[in-house]
Amino acid sequence: MAILLKKETRVIVQGFTGRIGTFHAQEMIEYGTNVVGGVTPGKGGTTHCGLPVFDTVRGAVEATGAEASVVFVPPPFAADSLMEAADAGIKVCVCITDGIPTQDMMRVKRFMRRYPKAQRMTLIGPNCAGLISPGQGFMGIMPGHIYLPGRVGLIGRSGTLGYEAASQMKSSGVGISTSVGIGGDPINGSSFCDHLALFEEDEDTDAVVIIGEIGGSQEIEAAEFFENHMRKPMLGYIAGLSAPKGKKMGHAGAIVSSYGESASEKIEVLEKAGVTIVPHPSAFGETVLSVLSKL
Amino acid sequence: MDIHEYQAKEILANLGVPIPKGALAYSPEQAAYRTQEIGGDRWVVKAQVHSGGRGKSGGIKVCSSDEEMSEIAESLLGKRLVTPQTDEKGKLINRLYVEEGLDIERELYLGLVMDRQSERVMLIASSSGGMDIEEVSESDPDSVLRLRIDPAVGMQSFQAREIAFSLGLGEQVNEVVKILMACYRVVVEYDASMVEINPLVVTSDKRILALDAKVSFDENALFRRPHISELRDKSQEDRRESYAMDRGLAYIGLDGSVGCIVNGAGLAMASMDMIKLAGGSPANFLDIGGGASPQRVIKAFRAVLNDENVRVILVNIFAGINRCDWIAEGVLLAFETLEIKIPVVVRLSGTNVELGQKMLRESGTDLLTADSLYDAANLAVKTCNELQA
Repeated sequence: MAILLKKETRVIVQGFTGRIGTFHAQEMIEYGTNVVGGVTPGKGGTTHCGLPVFDTVRGAVEATGAEASVVFVPPPFAADSLMEAADAGIKVCVCITDGIPTQDMMRVKRFMRRYPKAQRMTLIGPNCAGLISPGQGFMGIMPGHIYLPGRVGLIGRSGTLGYEAASQMKSSGVGISTSVGIGGDPINGSSFCDHLALFEEDEDTDAVVIIGEIGGSQEIEAAEFFENHMRKPMLGYIAGLSAPKGKKMGHAGAIVSSYGESASEKIEVLEKAGVTIVPHPSAFGETVLSVLSKL
Repeated sequence: MDIHEYQAKEILANLGVPIPKGALAYSPEQAAYRTQEIGGDRWVVKAQVHSGGRGKSGGIKVCSSDEEMSEIAESLLGKRLVTPQTDEKGKLINRLYVEEGLDIERELYLGLVMDRQSERVMLIASSSGGMDIEEVSESDPDSVLRLRIDPAVGMQSFQAREIAFSLGLGEQVNEVVKILMACYRVVVEYDASMVEINPLVVTSDKRILALDAKVSFDENALFRRPHISELRDKSQEDRRESYAMDRGLAYIGLDGSVGCIVNGAGLAMASMDMIKLAGGSPANFLDIGGGASPQRVIKAFRAVLNDENVRVILVNIFAGINRCDWIAEGVLLAFETLEIKIPVVVRLSGTNVELGQKMLRESGTDLLTADSLYDAANLAVKTCNELQA
């Protein structure tokens, strides 16, 4: 078991025939992900990477029974693709695209609210490395081989820092049930809390690691959620202790603009809530091991 | 992306927001001439720099004659203005904005920002204008009105009217509605991430005017706002940051001595934090992005070496979809091409890490290598300290 993505989950790729979409679709298929086709408007009816191409997400869903989609569509058109996926009945959508205008994301989030909660798509990203359930499949751009299958959940705002954590955990012999990249943008499809709730319910996850950074209040909300709703142990790392105020640190969402958004404030709140803090970015492996040893 | 006050006012004025009479000046003579043009007997001259807090820092002055105007302009132009919001180097003043002096009766605050929590545009208004809104929120929270705007239908007139009446602007309600609607249009139609009129003033003759305005834009949306991209003023940016930005690198200049080249924003921040933890200070944030091709690695080295405070460079790359041997090739090529004289510590991890490290060790260069980020940061800081000792 895992959350959001399992071996049998039928996945389609939006932006399938583009250079980036093609490359990553092949990697995903090679890893064993159940990719069943893709969407590129105007190329419906053709075959790509040995799989059918559809003009619309709705067409792909009808023909293949796809439940999940991964989006490699360029920023100007990405928001439209996300709304298309939501409307076609996709359950889990991972958006890799970096550089989507904030207003577009506001509209996407508003659009998604027209569906009742039970039918609403879970959006992961944008501006993320994707979603992986090691040994089962992945939707995204991550190197699959650095993840060991196991029982720790991972949620992070950053791609390569997530890789760093996963590979340290692998070296320490600690495996991952699912790793979710929620992305570095100011407006995320889903938050730490959304996925913490799923991991708390997941029978095959024993502990959860969150990797946060400066900007926004998601980590503070995660601390509250942990305190009030979780029995499983949680670990946290926050990047950006040395980041100056008011500067955008690479990620569009990594900017300290008001009280409570700095790394030190977030660490303080997490620690107070009882979250085990990973003291530095080379200590993921050892800190997770020490928490697991107490279970 | 930030723009100047006069540019923000021009955008707002084009959408019907009343602004004081004013004009731009690039020289003391021009500033003096503007007083004639604008008329009246009192003028305000404002340094055009990308920073708030100009008034407190001597960047905004009142004068009542041509001679005085020309003297003040002389003293400001070409200087760097240091405000509480800039670093100690300040920002270059290369243009001034001259405005009519006004008899002000009331000052108010209006702002539109992106509220991350509600994922909506939020209108903030306060009857305490002219102050930092964060300070007002703390000292007088009841005076701050907030309205979150539904992106599906946009701001409605009744919402703007409610704000106007709550601010006690019943007499000017139609004007205020027009101003609020215009500000919201700047957000929606130009992809502004922030629009602020602070203060919005009521004059003794009951006119309502935007006395100061600040607008910032969403960089991710500039592809569809070419006329906004043109408003970029490189003279207001950190020289190192402009250089890197023009080459597609995410770079933030800091004041330390350990230069950083990292892939991924989170890992780049984590690397800076590790340097600090090791007792050093990072010279920059630099994310070279996913690909990390040899050409990008060279560009990154150039950007870091642009900072004369850099004593040591730390390269930290996690090769995900690419491979460490390819990164090593890029680092060695950069080393050769740029004839780098300062110590470079390289830490590679991920795909093909053994091969990449072997290439670096056997290259015959003076590159230092480390296995973990912890070791790499400590080695970089130690090397840096030895050089400075």
